[in-house]
Amino acid sequence: MVSDEKYNGLSIAELLKQKQLDGSGDIWRARIDSVTETDVEKVLAMPTGVFNLEKLIVLISPAARKYIEQMAQAANRLTIQRFGRVVRMYAPLYVSNYCNNSCRYCGFNRTHHYQRSRLTIAQAMKEADVIASEGFRDILLVSGEDREFIDVDYLVELTKRLREKFSYIAVEIYQLEAEEYARLFKAGVEGVTIYQETYDRQQYQYWHPAGLKADYDRRLIAADSVCSAGMREIGLGVLLGLKDWRIETLAMGLHANYLMKRYWKSHVSFSFPRIRPATEVESAQFEYLMSDEYLVQMISALRLCFADAGEVISTRESALFRDNLIKTGITKTSAGSKTNPGGYSQCKDAAEQFKIDDDRSPELVTRAIKRAGFEPVWKDWDRAFVKSE
Amino acid sequence: MDKLKIADREFDSRLLVGTGKFASNELMAKAIEASGTQIVTVALRRVDIENENDDMLSVIDRDKYLLLVNTSGARDADEAVRLAKLSRAATGINWLKLEVTPDPYYLLPDPVETLKAAEILIKDGFIVLPYINADPVLAKKLEDIGTATVMPLASPIGSNRGITTKEAIEIIIEQSNVPVVIDAGLGLPSHVAEAMEMGADAVLVNTAIATAADPVAMAKAFKLAVEAGRVAKLSGPARAGDKASASSPLTGFLRGSENGQ
Repeated sequence: MVSDEKYNGLSIAELLKQKQLDGSGDIWRARIDSVTETDVEKVLAMPTGVFNLEKLIVLISPAARKYIEQMAQAANRLTIQRFGRVVRMYAPLYVSNYCNNSCRYCGFNRTHHYQRSRLTIAQAMKEADVIASEGFRDILLVSGEDREFIDVDYLVELTKRLREKFSYIAVEIYQLEAEEYARLFKAGVEGVTIYQETYDRQQYQYWHPAGLKADYDRRLIAADSVCSAGMREIGLGVLLGLKDWRIETLAMGLHANYLMKRYWKSHVSFSFPRIRPATEVESAQFEYLMSDEYLVQMISALRLCFADAGEVISTRESALFRDNLIKTGITKTSAGSKTNPGGYSQCKDAAEQFKIDDDRSPELVTRAIKRAGFEPVWKDWDRAFVKSE
Repeated sequence: MDKLKIADREFDSRLLVGTGKFASNELMAKAIEASGTQIVTVALRRVDIENENDDMLSVIDRDKYLLLVNTSGARDADEAVRLAKLSRAATGINWLKLEVTPDPYYLLPDPVETLKAAEILIKDGFIVLPYINADPVLAKKLEDIGTATVMPLASPIGSNRGITTKEAIEIIIEQSNVPVVIDAGLGLPSHVAEAMEMGADAVLVNTAIATAADPVAMAKAFKLAVEAGRVAKLSGPARAGDKASASSPLTGFLRGSENGQ
């Protein structure tokens, strides 16, 4: 099986529509349910790590549930072959929980009532000092949609300062335009994570009622902008719990393959955020909460279709579950995370984006990684890649 | 075994070993030791090149091994050159494994940018060992501008698939005046033995050792295979030829006419 589809000229929106993976059609449920155990065995007999939509359908099907152990084993072998017995370590730095959006699942929702805070560059650097002192060299800047304060100039300036301490800088912030991403890349940002949250148009409208993020089509082209700006890493993700994970996985797989073919120099990685409780957000609001078992199936299925894609897991998940996930294809993990601005060094009580589950120190997390037979890697990039101005 | 000569240095071992993908640095150090190698490659991106106490660098004894820094991750000549200069400034070592791999999945080398970077670096006094696709014309062009070796890939890096580029590598070996080091995709000791029997001057192995269940034992197996392959090559192997020699040769009459004179 090869990834032989040509996407010439189609935008990602057109492609999703053509495949009816934007919620515009109802063909997928039946397709997924019609997968047989024989189909699964056929795919698992040849775990090549190359994407093909038909293959992904088989691997995420209910029929494959019986084969989760085999899938995890194959994913583990493929990950070790491609990435080695290593896990990259990173930590998030939250700079603002102000937000103009009102996503119904998020603690930073503009309608929620709590003390907002944002960090000056000097305050952010204090946080960075704490993160660096724990051994981290890979940092993820996170911010709510707070364009007035956390503007592109702020991000460029902070990136330049962070380069003195960190060898890899990525951002997970509100959506920018391609030229703005290009400015960040030039300053030293190497990667951008931007979740579609859900690929289903109607669902998307429901969960994102206001703010710039309410525009599905605008959101969908974010990854194109990131890659065309020259970024090395593009992180994709769906918020697991908003809609049926199986169809979302197919859409995200198609999106990844589209990006890999069109922007061949950018590396795709996947994140697996499951809905977590947050300020004024309760789990009971969500119809499609995902089980541990299905998350393992999803992580393994994507590895078996994308041998070289990054797979990232955060401290949203429990310590025990994370320790076990290291062996199923995960290539990058955070530790000791604070998801509120100033959480590492200053205002310990500002509202978090979501509640973390694994609150172990980086030291304890790395010990667990070593016990699993993997080497925690703190540095896998160098600031020398960035051209000095 | 005869010595391997690269630039002005001689080596007893013809096995180069990479340092990525190991489950721990201690295990890596033991595998390097068992491999008998004298040249160890390290990705600049992975280490704190300016820091002697770096977790990985500190376990590689530089009196014993030549530290061959590589430019893994570089997407173009510009980046590779920048990394090379930083590495030399920090270590004082002017040997460099040049890698320019714009595609982050198969990590296949960019011939245009590799040639460009090699030219700049050689002029600047570097001893350049370039990682290339098995492209005989590119190999000659690199040799012409003064690279110390050429390092064609056997198959895509990390694939463990053996020598899938055999015909092109045979041509490179035939035409080359600099050592040919087969790099990438060598998954088993038998692949390495085959490369050496084909006439490769040396091989580089990483994934196949690092991700084996017992990397130390596997490192030793690779060492033995390199030696076996090299000795076999030097011993003038019996050729696999036709099934039989004709009992009435077509040119037998020539001897008859000689006798008649």
